[in-house]
Amino acid sequence: MNHNPIPALELSDASLAFGDGDEQVSALDNISLTVMPGEFVSIVGPSGSGKSSLLAVAGALSPLDRGVAKIHGTDLSRLSRRELAQFRLHNIGFVFQAGNLLPSLTAVDQLRLAGRIAGNRKVDAHRLLSSVGMDHRANHRPGELSGGERQRVGIARAFVNNPSLLLVDEPTAALDRRRSHEVVQLLAERAHSDNVAIVMVTHDRDVLEHSDRVLEMVDGKLGAVSVV
Amino acid sequence: MFLALRELRFARGRFTLMGTVIALISILVVLLSGLSSGLVNDGVSGLKSMPVSGFVFNEGTLKDNAFSRSVTDDNQLDVWREASEVSQAEPMGVNIVNGVTDDDTQIDLTLFGVDPDGFLSPEVSSGNQIVGANEIVVSETLKDSGVKVGTVFTIDRLETELTVVGFTEGQATFGHVNIAYLPLDTWRLMAAGVAKPGAPTDAQIAAVDFPFASVIALKTTDDSVALPKVNKEAETITMSLEESFNASPGYEAETLTLSMIQIFLYAICALVIGAFFTVWTINRTHDIAVLRAMGASSRYLLRDSLAQATILLVSFTAVGVGLGVAMGAAMPATMPFDLETAPIAVATGLTIGLGLLGATAAVVRITRVDPLRALGGLR
Repeated sequence: MNHNPIPALELSDASLAFGDGDEQVSALDNISLTVMPGEFVSIVGPSGSGKSSLLAVAGALSPLDRGVAKIHGTDLSRLSRRELAQFRLHNIGFVFQAGNLLPSLTAVDQLRLAGRIAGNRKVDAHRLLSSVGMDHRANHRPGELSGGERQRVGIARAFVNNPSLLLVDEPTAALDRRRSHEVVQLLAERAHSDNVAIVMVTHDRDVLEHSDRVLEMVDGKLGAVSVV
Repeated sequence: MFLALRELRFARGRFTLMGTVIALISILVVLLSGLSSGLVNDGVSGLKSMPVSGFVFNEGTLKDNAFSRSVTDDNQLDVWREASEVSQAEPMGVNIVNGVTDDDTQIDLTLFGVDPDGFLSPEVSSGNQIVGANEIVVSETLKDSGVKVGTVFTIDRLETELTVVGFTEGQATFGHVNIAYLPLDTWRLMAAGVAKPGAPTDAQIAAVDFPFASVIALKTTDDSVALPKVNKEAETITMSLEESFNASPGYEAETLTLSMIQIFLYAICALVIGAFFTVWTINRTHDIAVLRAMGASSRYLLRDSLAQATILLVSFTAVGVGLGVAMGAAMPATMPFDLETAPIAVATGLTIGLGLLGATAAVVRITRVDPLRALGGLR
């Protein structure tokens, strides 16, 4: 593991609530979390426990009500909406449920678009697809790919702009056990080989063995920490 | 345009359907434009070709059909001729008559009585200019009815015989009726009701004292006809050449009706495009949320969406305009339909411009898509 003194992700006393008055629900309740570059952290917990809220805050998509969220030392609360979009573009990669690929684009174009959004027209999309074993399906659209293949393309897309933090949202939700292991193992390998910090939220406890650290989230609190 | 082009290709069925609607609207726009130009030319081409700044009508003349209603006299003409702002002023007689050619073809004519030596005397494309009392120069479009130099028109009821000596350059019509230019004195002879059957003679004309005309045509030093002092003194009203179009029979009603249809068509175009892109954008909401979560700026997404709308609008409008022009070229000659570049270009520009306005109003909602939706719809 890399021992870079600057954490890839640092949440301190982070709180986030939804709703008003009696209807208020605490999504994140005073949590603290530090993830170092090259570290693969999994967060498990039941539905509504706050896993996705944690991902939203870490992904600079949702501001905290209280506390501090830093990515590579940058305090997200100091950035405007536009600056946050730019920050996400160059520092954060997302792997969504079922890949969340654009239906009109082939696999190779999914990656090219991610590069173009960042102003990079020279993305080596085929190399990235090869790295996830998908180059042979480069010219297929999502509708022509299996769930596992879509997820692999989604992973390759997340790496196009060389993020330092990768946030992974339920990557195995639509996959069978074998495919689930393949996908999570691929993520773990990329975390270690590319020195990228990965935070994965999942329901699937079968795939936790690939993680460096597992945290459990219940009612907005990060609970018992176990080492796999 | 990276995403725009790929989406156009991917959803070509939906975009083709929308494009077909745009093309159909464009065809209608071109046909209406051609019809509008045709009706304008049929209504006032004779006036449009006149080298005048405007016309003087008798005070109190109703604007509708004012050329036929107005009667001006030589005293009013003198006042206008003496005005310093006026470089030239000439009386002009206007009335519509029924005529029969020597081969028994009935043809309506608008008689424009003008001074054969004055600035209102028409240029001819063939034949000669009017000189004699019984000579007329008629609209070139009458050639289609078999009229030629030497054809004699007998005016209904008066039995006055007028001989064609030349044709105007291009169409010369007024109130959808072909114009026959004749000497003002001959017009006065007929208007006074003293014309005898047969060809008018100089002796008949010399015996007539009828110092009236319908209007006075003006050439002013600065092309403006807003001269209230002169109008007050002469007890007249003036209209610029453009304003005078509305004083020709049916012109205002026809052009207003067509303009209203065109305006509705442009509004429909904007609304249809807006509705399509609203639905399209709503369909893409999740994809847009994903792109925004990845860091795509609103500017990038808007630019891409507007490029998509522009490609759709320009390509299918071009198809529609092309088809419209082809259909217009096949219209029967009897139909008042003229394909003119400028009105078609303006109509095309408006179709694309207003369509883009509708599309812009629709795709602006992209900026309101919450990237959080990419994570499954938090908050």
